[in-house]
Amino acid sequence: MTTIFRPFRQADAQRSDRAAGDRLRHRQKIRQSIRENIADIIAEESIIGKDRERVIKVPIRGIKEYRFIYGENAPGVAQGSGSTQPGQVVGKAHREGQGPPDRAGDRPGVDYYETDVSLDELIDIMFEDLELPDLERKRLRELPAPQLTKRKGYRTVGIRVRLDKRHTARARLKRRLATHHGPSHFPGDQPPRFPFHDDDLRYRHMVADLKKESNAVVVCIMDTSGSMDTMKKYLARSFFFLLYQFIVTKYRNVEIVFIAHHTEAREVTEGEFFHKGESGGTFISSGYQKALDIVAERYHPSLWNVYAFHCSDGDNFDSDNPAALRTAHELAQVCNLFGYGEIKPLGSRYYESSMLNIFRRLEADNFQTVLIERKEDIWPSFRAFLAKDRGREQ
Amino acid sequence: MAAPYTVDDLMAWDERIREQAAAFGLDCFPQEFELCDHNQMLGYMAYSGMPSHYPHWSYGKAYEKLKTLYDYGVSGLPYEMVINSSPALAYLMRDNTLLLQILTIAHVYGHNDFFKNNATFRSTRPEFTISSFKAHAARVRRYIEDPSIGLERVEPIVDAAHALSLQCRRNLAIRKRTIEEVRNDLIEAGRPPADPFQQLHRRPKHVEPDLRKVPPEPDEDVLLFIRDHNPYLAEWERDLITIVHEEAQYFIPQIETKIMNEGWASYWHKQILDHLDLPEGLQLEFIVRHNQVVRPFPGGLNPYHLGFKVWEDIRRRYDDPTAEERAEIGDPGKNGLQKMFEVRESDRDVSFLRRHLTEPLLRELDLFEYEARGDDLVVSKVADSESWRDVKALLLQSVGMATVPVIKVDDADFSGNRTLYLVHAHDGRDLLLEHAEKTLAYLHRLWQREVALETLVGGKRTLLAYTDRGFSTKSLK
Repeated sequence: MTTIFRPFRQADAQRSDRAAGDRLRHRQKIRQSIRENIADIIAEESIIGKDRERVIKVPIRGIKEYRFIYGENAPGVAQGSGSTQPGQVVGKAHREGQGPPDRAGDRPGVDYYETDVSLDELIDIMFEDLELPDLERKRLRELPAPQLTKRKGYRTVGIRVRLDKRHTARARLKRRLATHHGPSHFPGDQPPRFPFHDDDLRYRHMVADLKKESNAVVVCIMDTSGSMDTMKKYLARSFFFLLYQFIVTKYRNVEIVFIAHHTEAREVTEGEFFHKGESGGTFISSGYQKALDIVAERYHPSLWNVYAFHCSDGDNFDSDNPAALRTAHELAQVCNLFGYGEIKPLGSRYYESSMLNIFRRLEADNFQTVLIERKEDIWPSFRAFLAKDRGREQ
Repeated sequence: MAAPYTVDDLMAWDERIREQAAAFGLDCFPQEFELCDHNQMLGYMAYSGMPSHYPHWSYGKAYEKLKTLYDYGVSGLPYEMVINSSPALAYLMRDNTLLLQILTIAHVYGHNDFFKNNATFRSTRPEFTISSFKAHAARVRRYIEDPSIGLERVEPIVDAAHALSLQCRRNLAIRKRTIEEVRNDLIEAGRPPADPFQQLHRRPKHVEPDLRKVPPEPDEDVLLFIRDHNPYLAEWERDLITIVHEEAQYFIPQIETKIMNEGWASYWHKQILDHLDLPEGLQLEFIVRHNQVVRPFPGGLNPYHLGFKVWEDIRRRYDDPTAEERAEIGDPGKNGLQKMFEVRESDRDVSFLRRHLTEPLLRELDLFEYEARGDDLVVSKVADSESWRDVKALLLQSVGMATVPVIKVDDADFSGNRTLYLVHAHDGRDLLLEHAEKTLAYLHRLWQREVALETLVGGKRTLLAYTDRGFSTKSLK
């Protein structure tokens, strides 16, 4: 009876990804699990204008494998390195009653709770969740390469990649003529060398392109006075995200500004923007005024396309309503598009005040109010909002 | 990277290793080796080494997990992967050094001999292993491809069966009595014993056995019980349950003998390589690698190390006992090697450790008991003269199938509405409730009626139930 050796065969190895089908199914289950929790995840994750390749750790449930196992009160046995004493701390307790993963026996190991998912996939799942039509999904995912520069003449300084050979050669010729080193007229004479000099080098000069067609700023305004529960955060964040994605596909250079307000407004980061702020009263006008100030200071409408959107739960001090209306009107003047979205998860609209009635009186063809009660409203509201874009007629 | 040796080199070494193994008295199945790359190895590991296996997402998950650990360098790949079949099948990683291949080949023969001769494996029918796994795979695939069944109906059944696959009888050497036999025994037990002085004694009462109860005595094979007693299951559902049950049965002996088996293989690879006259360069690498395999894990427990130490100690106690040991054992009439071969045939991890892990060895290994206090794991007992027995008892509770709670079907028609009533034989360790709840849901899925599990939670008798309305708990008197 001899032993059989089967040598390694490259072809088999390349053909034999036997786990492929099961890995795919596992991946689908993870995705399903993420989809069930997408609102929680998006509510806590900064996604606006972030790198699509970024990998996020997402906590997931529902793909653990369950069995009857012993619980936390089960002690275990392990080996020490020679003189272990009672009372010594030997490790950290796991959340699952398992002890160290490498102990003898066959207890199931600790299941992982987090999975890596790229921002891109997360956004894809969010689009699915918001029931975006496929075509729109595709469009919103295209990122044109931003070209922020245009050529403007030639300089004697620059970087090597922008060296312009033609202008450089001409500069050398000019210099040669100027120094009377013409080519020799005697046949057989070796013409003396006339090498390039640093002064001959000519570089293409680039300047930042500041045309109006290519610049846009998205101003996100939200009141942080009320309670921002997960669903509200999710709705607001996904709306702002869609808006940003849309603007990015239209303009080359897009900036984004977050303004959080209660009774006073301040500019914040995305992370702060989506975190529960202070409770208290609300002056909507403060947010609009802040937006106006920022636009006046950094984004002059002659150079920038301004898109502003305000998410709120509709609470405002009555005394502030006239001011709110006035500032909203001013904001509509400087914006391509200005919108007000009232986020009222179902059932809350009957006993809370609303600004929707107040804003009816605002006469501006580029101003739009929407009411968002559930995630299915996001996409239609978004469409309705964009229909008012002033930039479309140009 | 091609290794600087050929398959012919390996075959030449294999020849010498086999001769050496036979000289030591190892008795093996025929052996096959397959050279593979690390991707194939990950694949084999995910499917427990089986060349063919039915599809299920959990194997995809296992693969991802192994690959993640491997890619991040947390764990290397094992040097060896060998399955209990005849011929025994083992995989060698082609990127390994020559010495590692020699070490692995020797190690594999240790496992091979153990599979063939250990009593626990008697029921595994190794000559059919590969073909039966292949047949299972084909059947499951057929159900998945069947348009009237499909993956979306197969998967929930397999998920549920996986959750319960280890809730079965542990000792397969003991024949399971048929329901008829159990009933006859009950009737027999109900009869009054024969009494020569019947005239003098008062007649004992005739106790009528309850023959209507199903099962007549508590049944540990949960999956099989459901398969045989739920009339609403389709034929393909029964088949899936059978397949999952049979595969679990096949792996139980390996769960039951992990420490012994790894210790045995490590012991013999050491013996064999010590007798091979390795060239100096290889000898040095061998010492390093061997110590990597059988080194202790402080704060954990390395089955290779524990098994290896116990085997060494058995041989020493019979060949070269101390005065006390001599007094204790007397003249055993056999040498260490004979004793080792006897133990390798008759024991499993629990008995192996109970009989041969002595107090001095327990102390030498510095085994201790730990428990969770707050967020820390704290040493609660060490192997000193007053609590080494407790440490040992706990160790016996955490090897092999002792890590799986004993849960038996007590009554399939509880309260007259086909509720499945199970009882957990509580041994001081509570069930993890989150898992118990989910597992009961799976049980409910297979039984299709209410299921209830009686257990102790914090010392109180508690009934965990799962109905169409979900999970509930209530205290019992």
